[in-house]
Amino acid sequence: MTGSVGVVTPQLIPFETPLDLERGGRLPRYDLMVETYGTLNTQKSNAVLVCHALSGDHHAAGYHGSEDTKPGWWDSYIGPGKAIDTDLFFVVSLNNLGGCSGSTGPLSMNPETGKAYGPDFPEVTVLDWVHSQARLADYFGIEQFAAIAGGSLGGMQALQWSITYPSRVKSAAIIAAAPRLTAQNIAFNEVARQAIMRDPNFFEGNYADHEVIPASGLGLARMVGHITYLSDVSMGKKFGRRLPRDDRDAEGVNFAVEQYLRYQGEQFSGRFDANTYILMTRALDYFDPTNTESMPLPNVLKSTKCQFLVLSFTTDWRFSPSRSEEIVDALIQAGKPVSYSRLESTHGHDAFLIPDATYERIFKAFMDRVYRDLGGDE
Amino acid sequence: MIAHSHQIPSWITTHSRVLDLGCGDGKLLAQLVKSHHIDALGLELDPVKIATCLDQGLSVIQQDLNRGLSNFNDQQFDTVIMTQTLQAIRRPDLALSEMLRVGREAIVTFPNFAYISNRIQLGLAGHMPVNPQLPNPWYDTPNIHLSTFRDFEELCQRLSIRILDRDTSNLSGKRTWLGTVWPNLFGEVAVYRLTKES
Repeated sequence: MTGSVGVVTPQLIPFETPLDLERGGRLPRYDLMVETYGTLNTQKSNAVLVCHALSGDHHAAGYHGSEDTKPGWWDSYIGPGKAIDTDLFFVVSLNNLGGCSGSTGPLSMNPETGKAYGPDFPEVTVLDWVHSQARLADYFGIEQFAAIAGGSLGGMQALQWSITYPSRVKSAAIIAAAPRLTAQNIAFNEVARQAIMRDPNFFEGNYADHEVIPASGLGLARMVGHITYLSDVSMGKKFGRRLPRDDRDAEGVNFAVEQYLRYQGEQFSGRFDANTYILMTRALDYFDPTNTESMPLPNVLKSTKCQFLVLSFTTDWRFSPSRSEEIVDALIQAGKPVSYSRLESTHGHDAFLIPDATYERIFKAFMDRVYRDLGGDE
Repeated sequence: MIAHSHQIPSWITTHSRVLDLGCGDGKLLAQLVKSHHIDALGLELDPVKIATCLDQGLSVIQQDLNRGLSNFNDQQFDTVIMTQTLQAIRRPDLALSEMLRVGREAIVTFPNFAYISNRIQLGLAGHMPVNPQLPNPWYDTPNIHLSTFRDFEELCQRLSIRILDRDTSNLSGKRTWLGTVWPNLFGEVAVYRLTKES
């Protein structure tokens, strides 16, 4: 039987040592907003780091209060008896640097100016996130993660971890990810950024000074992004060519899918920061472990020491199965232990978040093995 | 379920790198990991079987063998195994060549179509054989390239493949006396150990 981790409380962890960033910036200090589930064993060997995707945060499982109806973003796969079993593992989930859910980001105060960073927040990369996550591991006294797991941009962090800190990660689950973005991927991100930047309320990122938010641009960015997370099949099933529900009569809405996208856009612009969105998409665009190391992927992966699980979904066209297979093939070329499955799903890129029996079965089989390999710590 | 030939483990070197094409539930690989401490990798199409392999601690990749093995390096493995799958592949000849490109040796097993009960069903009754080894009717079968000991050895010759060992087994994986003497007539399962002619 599987269950929920229940009500969880995030904690804000301060880091007072400056962090030099890959693209030249520097953070004199920073905070990370973190949630943990399960119990760290005495050897501190059962920790699992969960990395979030573009618009995710530290709230990966459970609920924020007894009234809360919406669980964390990966609740289907984190909890007692679930794939990442919180009866076995100590799960660490954080909001990445540059985020807008409590960790230091554009909304935080710049100690040098005494006001919010806004557009002046330094550019951060996946590598910077990995370094900040390693310091988070130090904070908990975790020398080596039993596993690092994530979907999409979260999977890229797991991949980067295996390269940057080979001896600090025993296994990596890289789900619905890619070794780097294609021109088409970057193009979609650029449309999203342009939608934000061309909003008259953007003010070159200084919208806070004018006490406005570029809501329409951010909403539009989300609408474009959202289309790439779904599949033609799933949109067809969910909306088809149906007309909008008449209990919501937005102006000029002709089809149900339009109503849905507008709703998603509105919701998102109410909860997410525009500068963070720009920063996160840039981190995604620049991710390329072969560039950092200036050699082909199989060579880059030679230094890794962990077990890999790579999963993709058949209808994912944002990071299609062939992109995951690039990672798999590079690992094979490098002679590294890797398991891979291309899972049947109609849900497109979003499939990595959605409950599915076969996905659960494979992910859990891998994680249970990770636990067994820790060696009789029961 | 057709048991693996008892002969296979004796052809595997301890601590060698072994690739199993169509590894199914990983039974053979798991056995070889235990007995020979091999560095094992399986290819399998069925995600449920992949999960069963993961349960046993194996690494396994979902890959269609008809796509070839181009994602593997030359001589990356000591042994490449393919049990009871050759006859279901679109191009068995290309598969054999690929196996001996990525591996130093290959172990192949397949149903011998010239086995006596097949001959009786085809030759006397005039029907395509349906039996425990070939359970599917002709119009709906994965077994699209059935062959015999004799056919297979001719192909090996054409592909400059050297036969290191030849064996037969029944469906329980055991060798039979008659099958050893007259393999093409009494061998139910053909079992070969191959390498590339140097």
